[in-house]
Amino acid sequence: MSSIAEAFADGPAFVPYLAAGDPDYESSLTYVEALERGGADVIELGLPFSEPIAEGPTIQSAIVRALEAGMTPTRYFEFVADLDVDVPLVCMTYYNLIAQFGDDGERGPEAFVRRAAETGIDGFVVPDLPAEEAGPLREACDEYGCELVFIIAPTTRGERLERIMSQVSGYVYVQARLGTTGARTALSDRTAESLERITDWDVPKAVGFGISTGDHAQRVIEAGADGVIVGSALVDIVAQGVERGDPAVTVADRLEGKARELTEGALRGMPAADGGPHPERT
Amino acid sequence: MSSHTGKFGEYGGQYVPEALMPAIEELEDAYERYVLDNEDGFMNEFRQRLADFGGRPTPLQYADRLSERYDTDVYLKREDLLHGGAHKLNNALGQVLLAKYMGKDRIIAETGAGQHGTATAMACAHLGMPCEVYMGRRDINRQRPNVFRMRLNGAEVTPVTVGRGTLKEAISETMRDWAENVEHTHYVIGSVVGPHPFPAMVRDFQRVISEEAREQMRDRAGCLPDSVLTCAGGGSNTMGLFAEFIDDEEVDLYAVEAGGSSLAVDAEEGVAPNSATLSTGTDGVLHGSRTRVLQDYDGQIMESHSVSAGLDYAGVGPELADLVDRGRVTAVNVDDDNALEGFHRLSQLEGIIPALESAHALSYIENNRDELGDVILLNISGRGDKDLETVLEETHGRDIENAPDIETFGATGGFQ
Ligand SMILES: Cc1ncc(COP(=O)(O)O)c(C=O)c1O
Repeated sequence: MSSIAEAFADGPAFVPYLAAGDPDYESSLTYVEALERGGADVIELGLPFSEPIAEGPTIQSAIVRALEAGMTPTRYFEFVADLDVDVPLVCMTYYNLIAQFGDDGERGPEAFVRRAAETGIDGFVVPDLPAEEAGPLREACDEYGCELVFIIAPTTRGERLERIMSQVSGYVYVQARLGTTGARTALSDRTAESLERITDWDVPKAVGFGISTGDHAQRVIEAGADGVIVGSALVDIVAQGVERGDPAVTVADRLEGKARELTEGALRGMPAADGGPHPERT
Repeated sequence: MSSHTGKFGEYGGQYVPEALMPAIEELEDAYERYVLDNEDGFMNEFRQRLADFGGRPTPLQYADRLSERYDTDVYLKREDLLHGGAHKLNNALGQVLLAKYMGKDRIIAETGAGQHGTATAMACAHLGMPCEVYMGRRDINRQRPNVFRMRLNGAEVTPVTVGRGTLKEAISETMRDWAENVEHTHYVIGSVVGPHPFPAMVRDFQRVISEEAREQMRDRAGCLPDSVLTCAGGGSNTMGLFAEFIDDEEVDLYAVEAGGSSLAVDAEEGVAPNSATLSTGTDGVLHGSRTRVLQDYDGQIMESHSVSAGLDYAGVGPELADLVDRGRVTAVNVDDDNALEGFHRLSQLEGIIPALESAHALSYIENNRDELGDVILLNISGRGDKDLETVLEETHGRDIENAPDIETFGATGGFQ
């Protein structure tokens, strides 16, 4: 079993996101490590790109901070190597950085995935790479034993859905609502409907976009998800720390606390231990 | 080259978030049915509205004094006389009409110079569609007249404050809006860029420029031109002007980009002080397609620069990039100073105040007359009213040889 599959195997998975290097290299290392202490099962680690078209204002700002502090693909892999965490890591980035990676002799997905796999990345999610254009990256992932996560949106149906589900590995990222990333106070009512469309596929389903509280996490798991993905609600804590000039340890503690709230929420959403059937899977 | 695969050689494709893919497939289908197959008489209605509302056909004008200066026949295709003052209406009207045929009830668009936003706002007022235009903060400041025009036509203008606040950021922000509202909103992209089918579809709406110009050259000059020139930002007026000449192998095609203040780049700062994507860019993926882009070694997109807001973009249309790779189109560039000189020259010699974008193309003739043959077709993609403030300021700060004495404005208190 791959490490990502294992992370989903026993109970709901909590999958937090942070942008690597936000707001600086050293603090960011401690923030990612705090997520693991708070119960993260898989961590999505953003490699910042200058044109993050799938990102709302919160994560856009995180990306700007990380880029301004000097984050680059090469630094990113150093960052991954320096991280002291024991959970699987998924690299979240945009396709141009993958296409350009390497030296002039050899640039592209192969070079990128090879380096990523060497440094301890287990999978990838690339929001501007639809299944139709993903051939080269899929091949490289197969060669180096990495997972390729795809996003499905509330608008993904029919043949498209099948094409994506036949290429996905690791987990499928179920986008809870249309639009870009960003914390929301209300949960989208399209979540259950989206999960229902893919119950037949035997791959873990993780829901993201707009989840910000333990209560949300609980309801997403109750609706049939195998995991919850949370980004902006965590990045908000980093941003607030920057704004107030808080020391990194304080911010790390808050991140750990938020992570714990979300982990516990997800656990509460799990079907009862007496074997009661999962509401969405009967 | 195929419209159906969305690939132009290595370039093109569909690199967008999954939430947009169903809408893009729906658009592909609509493009094929209404535009390519003229279903429900779509193209007839489009052409009729271009004539009645837009004022097409635009004239082809023999430029007496330029011809004399360069000792060659110079013909101007006058897209500046299209309603709204630039070629942009061809595309905007086509797409807003298509959105109506598709049953969409809201239009969004990005704009750089404000010409595309203006054209879209006009088309939306004309066809009764609500319209929201995203525009970089910096561009809002340098193109104020167009902001007023959009507002007058009833469009919302939403400032984009991230990054340097130019076209690149405006496109990203419009894509985000589209990802949220994709089910009932159509994104009217402003050039031959973005995911398939936009590059092919926008070219087909702009193709009318060369359909007319080729016929008009035949009628007026009795021959095809030796060379055809126009400016290229994203490249929509460029592809529109070239489309019907591509198979005429004896006709040389020149895409004139903005050389800005220098062709060198500052990789450390992530800034290219130019927008010469075809001349200096490299293969990358930006805003939905694989094309030539201005990027650093790692693939981060650079901030571009040009004195002309409409050329200030780090990408370019994938079809144009392919035509340059294949040697069919020659990519050249003209810097800020020379573009300003061209602006003043056309104003003085022909009584036409051109858009700063168009001035780049004119200026190329000034310094390269010998390579262009005996009959030149030059596209005046737009008029310069929107640029007057910029030109006054920029001319003041530089040593532009043929500029009028603008101190007189200072004396009357109008300019300092
Ligand atoms: C008058 C004029 N010409 C040219 C352009 C550049 O666009 P494109 O390269 O798509 O024709 C613009 C863009 O705003 C414009 O306003």
